[in-house]
Amino acid sequence: MMNRIAFAAALLIAAGTAAADSKVSDDVVKIGVLTDMTGYYSDLSGPGSLEAAKMAAEDFGGKVLGKPIVIIGADHQLKADVASTVARKWFDEEKVDAIADLVSSSTALAVMPVAAEKKRITLLSGPGTTAITGDKCTPYNFHWTYNNWALANGTGREVVKQGGNTWYFITADYVFGKSLEEDTAAMVKAGGGKVLGFSRHPSPGTTDFSSYLLQAQASGAKIIGLANAGADTINAIKQANEFGITKKQNLAGLLVFISDINSLGLETAKGMYLTTAFYWDRDDASRAWSKRFFAKMKKEPTMVQAGVYSAVTHYLKAIQAAGTDNSDAVAAKMREMPVNDFFATNGRIGPDGLHRHDMYLVQVKTPAESKYPWDYYKIAKVIPAAEAFPPVSDKCPLVKK
Amino acid sequence: MIQALSGQLLLGLINGSFYALLSLGLAIIFGLLDVVNFAHGAQYMLGAFLAWMGLQYLGIGYWWALLLSPLVVGATGLVVERVFLRRLQGLDNLYGLLLTFGLALVIEGLFHHAFGNSGSPYPVPELLRGGFDLGFMYLPKYRAWVVVVSLGISLGSWFVIEKTPIGAYLRAGTENPRLLQAFGVNVPVMFMLTYGFGVALAGFAGVMAAPIYQVTPMMGSSLIMVVFAVVVIGGMGSILGSIVTGIGVGLVEGFTKFLWPEAANVVVFVLMAVVLLVRPAGLFGRQK
Repeated sequence: MMNRIAFAAALLIAAGTAAADSKVSDDVVKIGVLTDMTGYYSDLSGPGSLEAAKMAAEDFGGKVLGKPIVIIGADHQLKADVASTVARKWFDEEKVDAIADLVSSSTALAVMPVAAEKKRITLLSGPGTTAITGDKCTPYNFHWTYNNWALANGTGREVVKQGGNTWYFITADYVFGKSLEEDTAAMVKAGGGKVLGFSRHPSPGTTDFSSYLLQAQASGAKIIGLANAGADTINAIKQANEFGITKKQNLAGLLVFISDINSLGLETAKGMYLTTAFYWDRDDASRAWSKRFFAKMKKEPTMVQAGVYSAVTHYLKAIQAAGTDNSDAVAAKMREMPVNDFFATNGRIGPDGLHRHDMYLVQVKTPAESKYPWDYYKIAKVIPAAEAFPPVSDKCPLVKK
Repeated sequence: MIQALSGQLLLGLINGSFYALLSLGLAIIFGLLDVVNFAHGAQYMLGAFLAWMGLQYLGIGYWWALLLSPLVVGATGLVVERVFLRRLQGLDNLYGLLLTFGLALVIEGLFHHAFGNSGSPYPVPELLRGGFDLGFMYLPKYRAWVVVVSLGISLGSWFVIEKTPIGAYLRAGTENPRLLQAFGVNVPVMFMLTYGFGVALAGFAGVMAAPIYQVTPMMGSSLIMVVFAVVVIGGMGSILGSIVTGIGVGLVEGFTKFLWPEAANVVVFVLMAVVLLVRPAGLFGRQK
């Protein structure tokens, strides 16, 4: 008995010294995917984001600097307090080095300061608010896939250029919706267009959009901008068709995912413009990756899910390049290295943590144009990285010199 | 201005008749069985999903779904009543509330697991596509159909319960089940059928809603709160109350969406609070 204890103690000491020598804390690189697993955004992020992170770890060979990569996942239920509690537990007890996805801005803004305090990395793919890389920016945070400014810029500016110069907004009455509406309205005005009015609907909880749509119709605006997301957008589009509004006016979805288009069907969604960071059928690389994703999830990836893969891969590459998983060194490497993969070409990360890469303005195909399952988009314009994202924000304290 | 307002009021009437249809089932179940049926939203969702599954997997169209889907949902209601609710008779109705609430969570969770969250579209039936141009607004045929059918079913149910011998048995059963049993009426079976009917109404409303809203596992949970408010305002268990209040609430909501859209989903509950202050038993309820 005594021998065994001594042996165990010796092992522990040996393990301890090994850990001290190692460049990888706790001898493991652990990445937690914290996202909405069951709620409104679970189809566009959720289990698909977790799978994407697992694929990234597998493709990296399952090991970095000779230490295993472990991916875990949890449901934040779209609640900021749940998100920050899980994050704290992961950092303090479960040796998590980085947290990925964090769909919905409120959960991202709740976790970011916790991660910064513990010096751990956050890789955001799902949330959209510009505050993430604005006044709330942290040195350990990376905002990977899109932000509201990029959506407003892509859809707002381009649609005005193509002649849609009068707008009416149907806006979800909370922070995300209002900020999206304001950003887009600014783009529309900057492009010489006019905003004729807006309706703000309670969210969640609105299922009937007909009265807002009728007001939009009465305004005579050429474009009805939908500054909402998920189920709200889907119902609004469906009912716009029902009331014959799409015959004379066009819809512009400001945050629409391919999962939304899939659930609406092309007959209803056809002709709509939207901005996306990723389309599975864009080139050979995106098709090859998406095919593997499809084999596991039985659906094509959204930009959020593809973004999780890309962000996790870049993080692992940075660990490799830095020769350590020390967050300061890794964050510096991540900013230094360009991103080139199936998701982003010539992506660059600014001092504010925003990943700037090409975005795509796409138009939804008609049923006749769609030749095979998930053949949904025509790429109307590639928006180059320099135009697609805002310049480095001077609101971010990290940027001040 | 007048044009826009009449458009909004018409939409309010459409939504209101739909509220009436949904709250009617709740009112019948509460009035006759003293069960607060929190699973109503899930049963409504079930109706819509059955219609969708019928079309998707079996090629059953809208019109058959309108008949079959409520029957299937109603049958599940019979099972729920026989297996669970009957055991709770005589207990505080809080238990029934908890049971049905739990059932709702389970049903919605299962559908969420199987079908995800974004939902699926259900097409408007061929016959009811297109619409009428009323001058002040464009009225889709399908919405007009919803108003006509909802009001028809609501008034029909009211008539059966208030004015026919079957209705008289039902009402007698609520007042004094033992006495009615003594007259040779099988009261437990009657209660079971009543619950089945109330639930079938929810399923029916679900099929009606499928072409308008996206068919999703959560479609019921976003609606059920308003519908409960309607029942409370109308007077718990009052059938006429739920019909009249349903339409009234729809109109008030339509008016609010026009004047102050942000308050649209609060106004119903403000109305409820005011009514409860003035008439604690609701507009049409009887003081006990």
